Amino acid sequence: MPTARFWRENPSRYNLRACRCGVCGKVIFPPRSICPTCRRRSVGKMEDIKLRGDGEVYSFSVVHDAPSQFDMIKPYVIAIIKMDEGVMLTSQVVDCDPAEVKIGMKVRSTIRKLGEDGAAGVIYYGYKFIPAQ
Amino acid sequence: MRDVAVIGIGDTKFGELWDCSFREIGIQAGLMAVGDAGLSGDEIDALYVGNMSGGRYIEQEHIGCVIADYSGMARNHIAATRVEAAGASGGLAIRQGYMAIASGLHDIVVVGGAEKMTDVPDQMSMAIQASAEDQQWEAIFGATFTSLHAMIARRHMHEYGTTREQIAQVAVKNHKHGALNPKAQFQREISLEAVLRSPPVAEPLGVFDCAPNSDGAAAVVLCAVEKAKKYTDSPIKITASAQASDTLALHHRVDICTFDANKIAATKAFKQAKIKPKDIDVAEMHDNFTISEILAIEDMGFFKKGEGGKATEEGQTVIGGKLAVNTSGGLKARGDPIGATGVAQIVEIVTQLRGEAGRRQVKGAEVGLAHNVGGVGGTVVVHILEAI
Amino acid sequence: MRGENVEVGIVSYGAYVPRYRITPQEIGRVWGTDGEMMSRGLLIFSKSVPSPDEDTITISIEAARNMMKRVSVNPCDIGAIFVGSESHPYAVKPTGTIVAEAIEAAPNLTVADFEFACKAGTAAIQTCMGMVGAGMIKYGVAIGSDTAQGAPGDPLEYAASAGGAAFLIGSKKMIAKINQTFSYTTDTPDFWRREGQPYPSHGGRFTGEPAYFKHVANCGRGLMELMKSKADDYDYAVFHQPNGKFPVRVAKQLGFTEDQIETGLLTPFIGNTYSGSVPIGLAAILDVAKPGERIFAVSYGSGAGSDGFDITVRPEIQQFRRDAAPTVRQYVENKKFIDYATYAKFKGKILLAEMVS
Repeated sequence: MPTARFWRENPSRYNLRACRCGVCGKVIFPPRSICPTCRRRSVGKMEDIKLRGDGEVYSFSVVHDAPSQFDMIKPYVIAIIKMDEGVMLTSQVVDCDPAEVKIGMKVRSTIRKLGEDGAAGVIYYGYKFIPAQ
Repeated sequence: MRDVAVIGIGDTKFGELWDCSFREIGIQAGLMAVGDAGLSGDEIDALYVGNMSGGRYIEQEHIGCVIADYSGMARNHIAATRVEAAGASGGLAIRQGYMAIASGLHDIVVVGGAEKMTDVPDQMSMAIQASAEDQQWEAIFGATFTSLHAMIARRHMHEYGTTREQIAQVAVKNHKHGALNPKAQFQREISLEAVLRSPPVAEPLGVFDCAPNSDGAAAVVLCAVEKAKKYTDSPIKITASAQASDTLALHHRVDICTFDANKIAATKAFKQAKIKPKDIDVAEMHDNFTISEILAIEDMGFFKKGEGGKATEEGQTVIGGKLAVNTSGGLKARGDPIGATGVAQIVEIVTQLRGEAGRRQVKGAEVGLAHNVGGVGGTVVVHILEAI
Repeated sequence: MRGENVEVGIVSYGAYVPRYRITPQEIGRVWGTDGEMMSRGLLIFSKSVPSPDEDTITISIEAARNMMKRVSVNPCDIGAIFVGSESHPYAVKPTGTIVAEAIEAAPNLTVADFEFACKAGTAAIQTCMGMVGAGMIKYGVAIGSDTAQGAPGDPLEYAASAGGAAFLIGSKKMIAKINQTFSYTTDTPDFWRREGQPYPSHGGRFTGEPAYFKHVANCGRGLMELMKSKADDYDYAVFHQPNGKFPVRVAKQLGFTEDQIETGLLTPFIGNTYSGSVPIGLAAILDVAKPGERIFAVSYGSGAGSDGFDITVRPEIQQFRRDAAPTVRQYVENKKFIDYATYAKFKGKILLAEMVS
């Protein structure tokens, strides 16, 4: 049961905690201890920030065949979202008909159940996206 | 650094091999390759095995030791190493073997690749394959391995006007080739309509856009060129071995429609071999998904970015076309036992360069390329081979 | 019940109602009951249904985040979070801890989950009032939210729905002052659920007069006696609303008109959100209320008890960033109807296979 492995990332999964490189200014999500571009120069210079939660769909797919933990929600939309801060992440787009999802569609983050370790296990929560109204 | 050649090859049929255990499959191809090279087992210095996930597929790690033992090589206590880079495990194992000989450390090395994927239920296999992507930031959010490639396909269609039909054509072509390959998992042609109508897996990709789960193994014997003539009249030289990495998660790429690792590995390979893309006669490329082959032919410089779909549709990559791609049937039709694939690609290229490919022979093939990918382009290994 | 000379009230609020809806007609169709008649009898046109990826925790977080969006309060100044529900996802591990992390109020605060059937959320409001009034905390968050389960085919299935609202309680910059709170509580077995049982049990018609009406009316009268007020002193009234009829009847008993209760009466559209019932009704009123207007709110939780509140809207509501989050009406209007099969699938009423690992 990987409870600790998921618990560690709660701040990013719940609150879109990211970081900004103090050397080059690039926003990085999820946060890292060094900037991939600046590497050693960025040690100790990574600034803790939070993404606002607004973005747009960069690409997407309607998933029909998925591991059993997604049985309840199939078919669902998975998307690469380009956040307003420039950084990209992967998440589901929910609360709309899959046919309504388009590249460029504006979306906003929300929090939903991602899965659970069975009926007796821990429940995992994290970001999903809904159409911005 | 000295030159390295392939002096023996072997591969099993790929498919659902219910009667064969991993250990069985794992040694069959090796026995064939060593027999093909006319070697005695005592002459082998080291063994490299490409295998993505023995631990999750058959709950067995320490695969190098398993293959050494069951091939009888453990009696000689040879060095046995398992190599893993997701889908590029086989190609990377080839590269490790190549480096061992090029550096002068070993003279003769067997490189194998094997995977037993059907001992677990399909959904479990899907979850295991997802371990090639970003577990923490792609998989748990519901991004299956296929859906990541589907998002590439959708963006490629959006940016370049590539059509669904053009993407599907990769599968049609590879089945056409696979029908000529007695070792292929699927030896049946399929129509474009069949591909378009196949059940959706992750739109726009359907079942026929995706390589199957397969069991299988492949192996080659590598030898220093200076010693190769002792074993064979037709050694095939590895004129380039290159490897490149990229970000784990697709969303961290500079451009999701380009595998920069394809570009870098290919550029390094062409430089090492001192040739250009147009000099390649036959290529095995990593078509675990139809869209992956389109990216490969673009990124490695065979066709302009955005024109891979059109090129495929125009028949430029069939046997007899400008560049024969995936004469074996590719991962789609020949099958994709993950760790075996990269080695099987070398087996096919060597077969072509030896002129032994029968009905799927590319006439006058002298230079071949093998392209093997791990994850969603996170690792790419490219080899170039030439008949000498 | 309020301490002397200490003003406490609502600094902000937020609500959330899931998007899916099902009609009584559709439920009746499956169980061979006249759904149209149930709809008229309960005065419920549709009820909200949570998506499979929603639960009381996600609903509570959305309501709390909406609450935070409307004010500039540092979450680190929140000293307590209490979440009242009948459907906490964990029997042991409070909903409130996850809400605390999700609004970045952790770790310097106290948290506990509350249970008192449909009035757990208002009990949380009272507790926050106490802690703020005593000077123990600067701000407290009280949430009432639920993803209620009705047994298939049971009358309760026509009403049991999902939703929640959150209130930021403080003593400064209030948009509404809570002038007084009064409660009326007895041991009355009208509706209950034993540990381990998936669905609640109830006493049929016993849930009416000796339960709902007795507690709501007595609480209401007790509050008016304390405040020396009468029904027409108030601009709005909101009562616990298990269906569209009970609150209308008890309002009349206490002297309120249908106009006064209309804004806070949401059950006809979204069903009975249980612990979210009065909280969402109160949020709907605050969505439109003007300075000086006075609100009368009485909740009801089976088992049984009622919490009453006398609230006056403050001028600060005009600077309040109401539009920073969706209003209750916007959530009510954002709807998608589903059929019973989809509803049963979403609510986990279909027996699934055990996974072979």
